[in-house]
Amino acid sequence: MNTLLEPFDYEFFRNGLLVATLAGGLCGLVGVFVVLRGMSYIGHGLSHAIFGGAVASYVLSVNFYLGAGLWGFVSALLIGGVSRRRSIGADAAIGVITTASFAVGLALISRYHSFTRNFEAALFGNVLGVTTSDLLVLAAVTAVTVAIIFLRYRALLFTTFDADVADVFGVRAARADALLALILASSIIATMQILGVTLVAAALVIPAVVARMLTNSFSRMLFLSSGIGAASGFVGINLSYHLDISSGATVVLVAAAVFVVVFAATGRRRLGRIAQVEGSASAPIPG
Amino acid sequence: MPLARLEKVTCSYGARPVLVNVDLTLEAGDYVGIVGPSGSGKTTLLRALMGQVTPVAGSVERQRSLSVGYVPQLETVNWHFPVTVNEVVLMARAHGRLLPWASKAELAEIARLLDRLGIGELGRRHILELSGGQQQRVFIARALMRRPQLLLLDEPTSGVDFRTRHDLLHLLHDLNRDGLGILLTTHDLNGVATHLPKLVCLNTEVIATGSPIEVLRPEVLERTYGAPLEVLEHAGLLVVLDGFRTQTNVVPFRSHSHAS
Repeated sequence: MNTLLEPFDYEFFRNGLLVATLAGGLCGLVGVFVVLRGMSYIGHGLSHAIFGGAVASYVLSVNFYLGAGLWGFVSALLIGGVSRRRSIGADAAIGVITTASFAVGLALISRYHSFTRNFEAALFGNVLGVTTSDLLVLAAVTAVTVAIIFLRYRALLFTTFDADVADVFGVRAARADALLALILASSIIATMQILGVTLVAAALVIPAVVARMLTNSFSRMLFLSSGIGAASGFVGINLSYHLDISSGATVVLVAAAVFVVVFAATGRRRLGRIAQVEGSASAPIPG
Repeated sequence: MPLARLEKVTCSYGARPVLVNVDLTLEAGDYVGIVGPSGSGKTTLLRALMGQVTPVAGSVERQRSLSVGYVPQLETVNWHFPVTVNEVVLMARAHGRLLPWASKAELAEIARLLDRLGIGELGRRHILELSGGQQQRVFIARALMRRPQLLLLDEPTSGVDFRTRHDLLHLLHDLNRDGLGILLTTHDLNGVATHLPKLVCLNTEVIATGSPIEVLRPEVLERTYGAPLEVLEHAGLLVVLDGFRTQTNVVPFRSHSHAS
């Protein structure tokens, strides 16, 4: 027992635990929209695009969060805009914009070797090295994201379910898209130092996918996905300390393990649900 | 002022015109069906009425503060999306209030609507757990939750069985009797169009407008569909048949097997 509680004596661990739990919960919350809008690949690509923005803002001596945030937001809007051209398609748009942006980052790093090491945390995550300002930014992004989703819940649900019809009902889908792009970019930036560019996408997608297997209700999915993400962060950091494994990787592996367990446990129920649907589809109409 | 009026409306996607010089007036309490082949501009006409498509020529006038309810084609719905029936209906109130959950008044209105549509006990069910007819009613309930003066339905009977189509037409007639203006598009000439009070035959331009008896004539249908169609009258109802079969005297399979 003492061994389990031992790391709590260290401030860096307590901070790391708080940050990872918060980051997991934030990614889980935002991930619901990412998954239901079929944007999983965007989450993956955007984290790479933002890496380019992070390096560029360092070179230009612009505040990291401001520079990378603006870069990420513009990238998300560009992806959305280009993917609406059906001749190109979303996957190709993401492939072009995000990899080009990532390449900008790599090119700048190779040009200015002196600061290469500063970006290792952004690439691979370093939860135990987070600063107080990182924690404050993450807390602020989480609070603003929760507030936006709470206050714009109805519009975000409608536009996620059916953007075209939402427009007919007076809900501006383009505005909701921009809001989500802003939330997604902010969340990736706030969690990038903790989980790493390469693993943020998994933290966005896995909790939401697990939550989807557990519920058929959108509101419950938001709570479940946030809870699963936060729990994965909490457990992952503890395991990371005791097993001496990279923190970002451990958080994602815990989430992946939850996915495997839930997938196996709900297999029979999923089959039952399908059978129920087939049965009800041929049932007589009441009244 | 009618509910909505299209005057000489021309819409195009790129260089290709989809609607040309279309005139249509919808009065309060009208019940109109738009018939025409695939690609004839039926959905574009609905979109122009809703303000989703801007005409390149002509004008679309709507009554000030006209409330429009829209029921999309069932094929376009993402049935695996995690929403219950209540959540779908509540979407109509996306502007209603800031709190995510439904107010008591909204819940009571949803329950009243679902009861009226015969699906009162299904509010907590996931949309995929419903039959085709029940699914259609959920989206009609969402449209009605807007308290519309005009209800637009895009191919409401596409892909549904005979019984569902029958029940749906009865439901729409009831809603229309209560004063709701209805405009629907359909491919189904015999199952739907012949039962409506007013039809518009559309093939990029309006070919004919009037009651089924006025517009369901072989020459109009041939211009609309680009293929010969015969029209018979049976027990007071019009029946549209494939003209190719009647012209070539092909014997229906059932008659042939009965004779043998």
